[in-house]
Amino acid sequence: MVPAIELRKIDKSFGPVHANKAIDLTVAKGSIHGIVGENGAGKSTLMSILYGFYRADGGDIVVDGKKVEIEDSKAAISHGIGMVHQHFMLVDNFTVLENVILGAEGGSLLGEGVARARAELKRLEQEYELKVDPDAVVGELPVGLQQRVEILKALFRGADILILDEPTGVLTPAEADHLFRILRVLRDEGKTVLLITHKLREIMAVTDTVSVMRQGAMVATCKTSETSMPELAELMVGRRVLLRVDKKPATPGRTALSVRGLTVRDSRGLDVVKNVGFDLREGEIVGIAGVSGNGQSQLMETLAGIRRAVSGTIEIDGYKVDPTTGAVDPAEMRRLGMGHVPEDRHRMGLVTKFYEYENAILGYHRDPAYGKGAMLDLAAIRETANGEIEKYDIRPPNCQLRTASFSGGNQQKIVLAREIERDPKVLLVGQPTRGVDIGAIEFIHRRIVEMRDAGKAILLVSVELDEIRGLADRVLVMFDGALVGERPPETDEGELGLMMAGVNREAAE
Amino acid sequence: MSAGHLPRWVDYGLMPLLNLAAAFLVSGLVVLLIGENPLEAVEILIWGSLGWNEGIGFTLFYATNFIFTGLAVAVAFHASLFNIGGEGQAYVGGLGVAIACLALDRFVPWWVTLPFAVLGAAAAGAAWAFVPAVLQARRGSHVVITTIMFNFIAASLMVYLLVNVMGKEGSMQPETRTFEAGGRLPLLQDVIPGLDFGTAPLNLSLILALLASFAVWALIWRTKLGYEIRTFGASPSAAVYAGISPVRITIITMMISGGLAGMMAINEIMGSQHRLLIEFVSGYGFVGIAVALMGRAHPVGIVFASILFGMLYQGGAELAFEKPSITRDMIVVIQGLVILFAGALEQMFRPALIRMFSFARTPATEAA
Repeated sequence: MVPAIELRKIDKSFGPVHANKAIDLTVAKGSIHGIVGENGAGKSTLMSILYGFYRADGGDIVVDGKKVEIEDSKAAISHGIGMVHQHFMLVDNFTVLENVILGAEGGSLLGEGVARARAELKRLEQEYELKVDPDAVVGELPVGLQQRVEILKALFRGADILILDEPTGVLTPAEADHLFRILRVLRDEGKTVLLITHKLREIMAVTDTVSVMRQGAMVATCKTSETSMPELAELMVGRRVLLRVDKKPATPGRTALSVRGLTVRDSRGLDVVKNVGFDLREGEIVGIAGVSGNGQSQLMETLAGIRRAVSGTIEIDGYKVDPTTGAVDPAEMRRLGMGHVPEDRHRMGLVTKFYEYENAILGYHRDPAYGKGAMLDLAAIRETANGEIEKYDIRPPNCQLRTASFSGGNQQKIVLAREIERDPKVLLVGQPTRGVDIGAIEFIHRRIVEMRDAGKAILLVSVELDEIRGLADRVLVMFDGALVGERPPETDEGELGLMMAGVNREAAE
Repeated sequence: MSAGHLPRWVDYGLMPLLNLAAAFLVSGLVVLLIGENPLEAVEILIWGSLGWNEGIGFTLFYATNFIFTGLAVAVAFHASLFNIGGEGQAYVGGLGVAIACLALDRFVPWWVTLPFAVLGAAAAGAAWAFVPAVLQARRGSHVVITTIMFNFIAASLMVYLLVNVMGKEGSMQPETRTFEAGGRLPLLQDVIPGLDFGTAPLNLSLILALLASFAVWALIWRTKLGYEIRTFGASPSAAVYAGISPVRITIITMMISGGLAGMMAINEIMGSQHRLLIEFVSGYGFVGIAVALMGRAHPVGIVFASILFGMLYQGGAELAFEKPSITRDMIVVIQGLVILFAGALEQMFRPALIRMFSFARTPATEAA
C-alpha cells in the first residue's frame, strides 16, 4: 500500500541551530503514528514543515505517492493534511458551527454554507462519534470539547491526515481516554493520525507505530507492540534513566505546616480554593494531585503569601498567620521559613532578562548578607550564585550570563538552588520538572528527596501523576478547589484518575 | 533559534551611530530639497555648537537640561513606566526653586540657598508625579495619559500663580522679581579659572547633572531599591513573587522620576533666568524622552545623547541665523528626524545587524 506520508531527507536549520537533520519518515495509511522526543528534539519543527508553517531547507514531502510542495497551511489542507494545535485556534465567542466554517464559508453569503456545514457536522458526528452541540458557544465548552471542535474543523476541511500536537496536555485522564477512543475510530475509518507527544504512556496506549527523535535526528521507528517504555525513554535521551525515584520510607516528625479552612476567591468572585485543610510534617513529601486548573495554583500562591484568602488560617512552624489580611506578603512568609519554587518559572520564579546572579537572590535581596543597608554587595551575591552553580551543576557555569540563555532544566535548577539553599522549614514546589529534560528531572527529584531526608516539609504540586506517585509519601487529590481525599502513593492510577476527575467525591467525607 | 544577541559595542555604539547617520541622511535630503548645500549646513551646525567657546557653553547648557529630563524618563523606563510628564514636573519644579530663592536670596549666599533649591525642585517635581503614580498604582489609570494631562494642569497652574500670586508688583509680565545674588548659581567660568564661555549661561548645574547621573547609575544597578525597580519593570509577576509591592515601587519610581525632572529647573531658573517665568521648560521635558531612548536608559548614554541634542539646539540656532532659508522650523524638522530614527525607530537596523554578525561568526557552513 502507498504510505499516507513519506518524508525524505527533510533538513531545516534556524541560524546555527540544526533543528531537523535529514529526517526520513514513513507513515502508513490508516494508522496512528506517534512521534516522541524531548523538548527541543525537533518534533514541532518537523510537523510545522509538514503543515506549511516553515519551508524545509532540503528534502521531499510525498503525500499519497505524489511529491508535493507545501508552501502554507492552505496547501497542506488541499493535500488533506489537518492540524490540531496545542493551543486551540478557536474564536471563543463564536458557536461551534461558526468556528468550523471559519475560513471555509463557501461564498460571501453565509446561509447556504451554514446549512451545508450543519449537515456535514451531523454526518461527521455519526461517522466518528464526535458529538458536539453545533450551536454551543465555544468559550463555554470544557477544553475536551473544544479540542473536539478543532478535530471537526480539520475533518470538515477534508483532512485525511490529522496531526495532533501534544493533545492531552490540557485534558483530564478521562478526557484523554475519550480522545484516544476518537482517534481509534478515525483510524478504523481510514484516516491517518500523527500524534506528537512527550508522554510515553500515551504512545503505548494508542499508537500503532512510534518514531523517536533526538537532537534533530530520527533515531528509531518501531512497532509499538514490539517496544517498551524504558526502551523508548532510553532512545529519547540516549542513555538509561530512572523513571522511578529511589527513596527510603519517610520518617515524619512534628507538624511544620498546618492549614485550616482555607478559602480563596479569584477576581471573578468564584471560590477557587474551598475550605482546604491539611497538615504537613517535617521529613515528608505531600503531593497534591489534580488536573491543572482545579485550584492547586491558587492554593500554592496563598500559602506563599502572594494571594489573599477570604478565610482560614495557616500555621507555619507553630507561628499562626492570618492569610486574609494584606499583612501577609511573600517577604513575610519567606522570613517565617517558607520556600517557594513556583509553578511557572518564567512568569514568577525568574526574571529571564536578568543575569543569573541577580536571579540567585530574587525574593531574598533584602537579606543583609547581600549588602548592608540600601546597597547591594555584588561580590557576595556572585559568590552565592557561583556556589549554587557548582553544587547544582548548573550549566553553563557562568553567573554573568543572562538567565534566558540557560536551558529549561538549568533555569529550574537556578530556582531550586535559590529556594533550597536558604534552608526553609517548608518548601512549596510547583511543577518542578515541567519542560525539563529527563537528565535534569532525575537530579531535581534527587534533591527534593534529599531535602526531605534532611527533615524538611515539602508540599508538591504536579500535573504529572507519575511524578506525584514517585516522589510523594502521601497524596492529596484536589478537584474543583477542594481536597477530595488522601491516598498512599501506591494507589492505582485509575483510582487517582477518577478522583482527579471528581468521580469519587464521597471520599471527601 | 538564535536569540539575536549582539556584541555590546554594536548594541551601544554602532547602532546609535547608524540611527544618527540615517537621521542626518534624511535631514540632508530635506536641506537639499529647499536648495541649500547639506554639507555646508552640517559644517555650520557643528562649528556653531562646538567650534567656539560660547557655542560650547550653550551646547553644554542645553545638555544640562536634557540630562535631567532624560534621567527622569530613564528611571521610570526601568520600572516599565512611561513618564511623559517631565514637562509639567520640570515646570512645577521651577516653583520649588523659586520659592527657595525668593525666600533666601537676600539673606544668605548662593551655596546656602542651593540645597534648599535642589530640595524644593525635587520635592515639587516628585509631588507633581505623585498623583499620576497613585492613580496608576491603585486604580490602574495609565501614567501615559495622566502625566500628559498633568502637563496641562501644570501649565495652567503656573500661569495662575505667576499672574495672580507671585507676579512682580506693577508689572504686566507673568514672572517673579529677579533673584539677588543669593539666589543665583555662579557660572562655571567664574568658578573654574581659565574657562571662558562668553555670554553662555553654563553654570554649576552641569556638575549637579553629572552627579545626578552617577546617583541614578548607582541607584539602578547598585541598590536594593534599584533591583526592585528593575525586577518590577522586567516582570511584575516575578516582583510580586519576590515580595516587592507593585504599588510601592510604582509610586517611589514615579516620584524619583518626577524629582529628577523637577531639578531641570535649577539650571534654567537659578542658573540662567534668575526669576521664575512662564513656559521656561519649552519642550525640554518632551525631548528627554528621546534622550532616554537614544541613551538606552543608561546614564552614560544619556549624557552623550544630551550633548548631541544640546549640539542640535545650539548648532541649529546658528544655522537658522546663517542661512535665512533654513528657518527655525527646519531645525525642529531635523530634531524630529533624530528623535524618529534614534527613538521611535531605534531597533530598525537590529535584524540586519544580527544577520550580519551571526553570518560573520558562522562562516558559510550552512549552505544547504
